[in-house]
Amino acid sequence: MEDQLLTTVDWARAQFALTAMYHWIFVPLTLGLSFLIAFFESIYVKTGNEEWKKLTKFWMTLFGINFAIGVATGIILEFQFGTNWSNYSWMVGDIFGAPLAIEGIFAFFIEATFFAVMFFGWHRVSKGFHLFSTWMVAVGSNLSAVWILVANGWMQFPIGMNFNPDTARFEMQNFWEVALSPVAVHKFTHTTSSSFLLASLFVVGISALFLLQERHQKMAKRSMVVAAVFGFIASIFVAFTGDEAAFSVAQRQPMKLAAMEGLYVGQEKAPIIAMGIINSSKKPGDDLPAFYQEVKIPGLLSLLANRDPNSFVPGINDLVFGNAERNIVGAEQRMVTGKIALAELARYKYAKDKGDDTESAAALSIFDQHKGDLGYGYLNNPAEAAPPVATTFYSFHIMVVLGTLFPVIFLLVLYFAYKGTLEYQRWLNLACFFSIFLGYVASQAGWVVAEVGRQPWAIQGLLPVGVATTNIAASNVQTTFFMFLTLFTALLIAEIRIMMKQIKIGPEA
Amino acid sequence: MIGNLDHSILQQLWWLIASVVGSLFLFLTFVQGGQTLIFTTASTEEEKSLIINAMGRKWELTFTTLVLFGGALFAAFPLFYATSFGGAYWVWMLILFTFIVQAVSYEYRKKPDNVLGARTYEIFMSINGSVGLILIGAAVGTFFTGSRFSLNLYNSVTWATPYHGLEAALNPFNLALGLFLVFLARILGAMYIVNHVDHENLVKRARKATWINLLWALPFLLTVLIGFATMDGFAVDPATGVVSLEKGKYLNNLLGMPVVLFLLLGGLGSVIYGVAATGFLGKNSGIWFGGIGTVLVGLAIFSLAGYNNTAFYPSITDLQSSLTIYNASSSKYTLTVMSYVALAVPFVLAYVAYVWKLMDAKKLSIAELTGEDADEMY
Repeated sequence: MEDQLLTTVDWARAQFALTAMYHWIFVPLTLGLSFLIAFFESIYVKTGNEEWKKLTKFWMTLFGINFAIGVATGIILEFQFGTNWSNYSWMVGDIFGAPLAIEGIFAFFIEATFFAVMFFGWHRVSKGFHLFSTWMVAVGSNLSAVWILVANGWMQFPIGMNFNPDTARFEMQNFWEVALSPVAVHKFTHTTSSSFLLASLFVVGISALFLLQERHQKMAKRSMVVAAVFGFIASIFVAFTGDEAAFSVAQRQPMKLAAMEGLYVGQEKAPIIAMGIINSSKKPGDDLPAFYQEVKIPGLLSLLANRDPNSFVPGINDLVFGNAERNIVGAEQRMVTGKIALAELARYKYAKDKGDDTESAAALSIFDQHKGDLGYGYLNNPAEAAPPVATTFYSFHIMVVLGTLFPVIFLLVLYFAYKGTLEYQRWLNLACFFSIFLGYVASQAGWVVAEVGRQPWAIQGLLPVGVATTNIAASNVQTTFFMFLTLFTALLIAEIRIMMKQIKIGPEA
Repeated sequence: MIGNLDHSILQQLWWLIASVVGSLFLFLTFVQGGQTLIFTTASTEEEKSLIINAMGRKWELTFTTLVLFGGALFAAFPLFYATSFGGAYWVWMLILFTFIVQAVSYEYRKKPDNVLGARTYEIFMSINGSVGLILIGAAVGTFFTGSRFSLNLYNSVTWATPYHGLEAALNPFNLALGLFLVFLARILGAMYIVNHVDHENLVKRARKATWINLLWALPFLLTVLIGFATMDGFAVDPATGVVSLEKGKYLNNLLGMPVVLFLLLGGLGSVIYGVAATGFLGKNSGIWFGGIGTVLVGLAIFSLAGYNNTAFYPSITDLQSSLTIYNASSSKYTLTVMSYVALAVPFVLAYVAYVWKLMDAKKLSIAELTGEDADEMY
């Protein structure tokens, strides 16, 4: 039975990763391109120049193609919490369901209502109302990001709630703590600004392709300038919010930070690994080196994590096995407390069911003393508390390296646009075009860091993924995994083909 | 103010809110109905495009309402969300699949290089409008016929059949409800075409489609109504929470809640009047009677399932695992917060209605499909 459940968990995780990563191919472009289209249309309305309208319509066409598949891949994510993670849905639905419902009320209806005006309202509503609708689609898209990231932020840093032993679930105590959680704020600002960056790379890259092909040059240059300005500003925000997000991770998810940097043994003046090759054989607690090769920058991790280059940053070993000298209680010790909490919860539930008030009161008293480590009670081995280090490390470093490259590209585009020689910079235009793909790599890598880095937890410290899943035979989830894989891949191929055709047709068709 | 309400009042309020959203979704399935009409009512490619473009301006509203319905159930009744979605796995997965393929079909159908070809996307739309709605009907039908599950002390669900919900689609009552929804959606779709499309031949055939589909719907409607009048239901003792089978429970609910009886009969009457007005009296406003009627019927169905001490998601494997609006709901705090959020719903409905009015002020014609914005049309 246990093997069967483990397999179910594995397939459920694979399915969630698959659907989330597919969805995230389309969403960042929607978030950023919607604003760029609103900028283009605003210029059209202000100047009355029909070329800007053509430009707006061209990017709108690509937006619509992308938006449709974004919607298609998105619906499954909401319902997957119920189908594949039903224990999760019950245990945290009292808190997690609210942001999803609010997302529907406040964001999705704005998008759905004004999307039709944006695409089919050119001759049905006034110019001003059409522009308003385009802006509302951008606002609605980004509002939806707010609420789903509030929900995700809560999973990373659960606050504003308490465990109710009678219902055996976590219940919300303070909505504002959930909605305004610092992790949610950091996630929203970092995710949306990186989406703006990716959309800017997309517009700059496609426009650069036109310059390379010596087609639609005037419109391409206009698009590039607007997108490069937007992208450069977004890049600055990405760097700033990324730093804040990393600081937040250091304070609230130290295990994730340790994995991001491959730091096994905590230290003062902890270095950042600028480049490194992870030792894949390394396990928590052993004596093997963490890296085969690495290039370090001393003290920088301490500075980023604690705003003090001399400070101590805990490593994976400290967090798994504890470090008495630093007052760090490790997963090993928390597992002991957590198992007491679980046993007392079971005793409490059983006594309540039998109507034994004395026994239930005694059990509840002990449970309350240990419930803070409830989630650790589900672990079988303290090393399970560490996420996959190599995946987290490489994803983080790929994201950071690429994130540093993009503002340089935007600056170069603006410089040569200012000089009036953009169309002659073949190397830059090639770099711009290939940066589209790098942008997607960076964006996906960011989510891998966020989600793989919080394993084994569905809810940080409270609910491991193994307990969150549905009690269903693995073959069911395995079948739907391959169904999604086939369907989404087919739709992605169709989307890319349609996009390429529209790009080939161009804005002046 | 809302914070002073009893938990039980909030639970009843949230069942009502979820019912309203669910009923609005049923009205908006005119999009799904329209999607199935492309193979039966349209006789040329031009007419097919008119139907698809008429529905294409509204498909996202239907989709979003479905998502909100799911979100509202998750937020207000998380135990239902966990039990039904995790247990009746395959019914929900297949429903989702039909909506996934629908979402891309409008945008991709006419675009060059769409890989699968226009016909495939049209079939996707048709599957969404038929299979999708039958399965939704089957899922709603289990509110009355029950499902095979049990919950443990921690409310973790175990499904008693390996079919994980597919068995629900084979129950005659559930199937009848699903097929009724399909034909109701087709009636509404035809009414919307009459209301919004400027094409003499297509409108003429759409008028005929309203009453033909009503005739098709009648046997399934009668099966459902006879079911309500005769079937045993799942009663909850309000004092102890114990669930038991009660003879004629849903008939008792109808008689015990005259408002619900009025909603059901008034709703059906309104739909029938909408059909008569569209099919025989030459009016274009039938969609509004059909739409309001559908919402009323939806409210009646959800009220029958959830109110008057009834288990809305009954278990036939273990009666005491059955879900009621009281044992499946969120905490009082969460329902209070969500109730404040729900105050925004009338505002949302208002701007949706305003934009709808603006966009539908002028009928959709061939001229628009082939005009300046032809490339952007579905």
